[in-house]
Amino acid sequence: MITISRRQILISGIFLWLFAVAGTTLVTLTEYSSREAIIENERQLLLRNLYALLPRDKLDNDIAEDILELPASPLLGTDTASIVYRARLAGEPVAAIFNSIAPNGYSGKIHLLVGVYDTGKLAGVRVVKHAETPGLGEAVEIRKSPWIKSFDGKSLTNPGPSGWQVKRDGGEFDQFTGATITPRAVVSAVRNTLLYYQQNVDMIFKQ
Amino acid sequence: MTTSREISRDGLWGNNVALVQLLGLCPLLAVTSTVVNGIGLGIATLITLVLSNTIVSLIRGFVRKEVRLPVFVLIIASVVTIIELSMQALFYDLYLVLGIFIPLIVTNCAIIGRAEGFASRNPVGPAALDGLMMGLGFLVVLALLGALREIIGFGTLFANAELMFGDGAQTLTIEFNKDYPGFLLAVLPPGAFFGLAVLIVAKNWLDLRPREKQEIIEPAPETA
Repeated sequence: MITISRRQILISGIFLWLFAVAGTTLVTLTEYSSREAIIENERQLLLRNLYALLPRDKLDNDIAEDILELPASPLLGTDTASIVYRARLAGEPVAAIFNSIAPNGYSGKIHLLVGVYDTGKLAGVRVVKHAETPGLGEAVEIRKSPWIKSFDGKSLTNPGPSGWQVKRDGGEFDQFTGATITPRAVVSAVRNTLLYYQQNVDMIFKQ
Repeated sequence: MTTSREISRDGLWGNNVALVQLLGLCPLLAVTSTVVNGIGLGIATLITLVLSNTIVSLIRGFVRKEVRLPVFVLIIASVVTIIELSMQALFYDLYLVLGIFIPLIVTNCAIIGRAEGFASRNPVGPAALDGLMMGLGFLVVLALLGALREIIGFGTLFANAELMFGDGAQTLTIEFNKDYPGFLLAVLPPGAFFGLAVLIVAKNWLDLRPREKQEIIEPAPETA
């Protein structure tokens, strides 16, 4: 039988503690020195995504800072608060870019950025995060297929309510070979975002 | 005493992490849908292995037996977190692709396996070399499996290379056939298992062939 003296236990304990302190210190130092670069990277990515929807010359405000927190809404597909980015030119509203969610993707939620001009027309839509099938539903990504651009310029009246579906359901938007569920989810999420905008446009640009 | 030659042979071939020890399969199977992803995870694992082996070897004289495993886990977890943060600061686009897999490196048993099995019993030099060679062996398998799945699944090679090597690398991408319809099975998880199986078969086949030759034709004296 092995016996361990109290002294050995104490030494081991202190040793382990020292290592925990050293490890935590190193991680903290790294976090501290990389924090600014990481925040800047995230900001650049956000700006890149936002400017992909809105040409730079259409706005003159700092769109990444001109934000408003929206409460959870079934039309946006959100169950927690989400952020809307507001684009203005000389102080006048130009467009709003929503973080909306298509909750009914083939494998879970599809996170979207939906840009809406103040005229109610779509500036554009991009998928920012999803877990759809590679090679099939994945085509909602701009890197894989131009499909997502078919929303550009559309509005609640163009096409009308029956057109806001995939072709298989009698609407205007293409589905993909072998994948209908993903585009169906995106189409309905985009339409819901437009509805949300229509109902809340005054509140969004009030401040 | 193991020579550096033996260490290199072991890591790259004889005791290859992925093909012989079959360790770290979770990240291996998850990320290898393209070569670039495979290489990215391979490099991250390689750096982790070298650093963790070096540190473990440096402290091997002080660590008491009872607490060595928690200490190793602490070291590996710290190293991985530091790599993750640095990658987020320096190679953000790559981080966006590999981000969710980096924490998985902690669960790669190969790393604690080398710490416990080799680094804690050997001097710093051999320990670091072992980390490097084991890491390289793993990296090569990740890249090969990625290449296999990417060619069969997408009909391309080195797609998205610019994520890792900068914009100039866009020209690296090879597209074999514009109209290739793609073969989904190779991209989905089953394709990873099939691909790995093919690689293991190929390795065993290569291992068995020359030995037969040597034994039959020339029972030559062993070379060092």
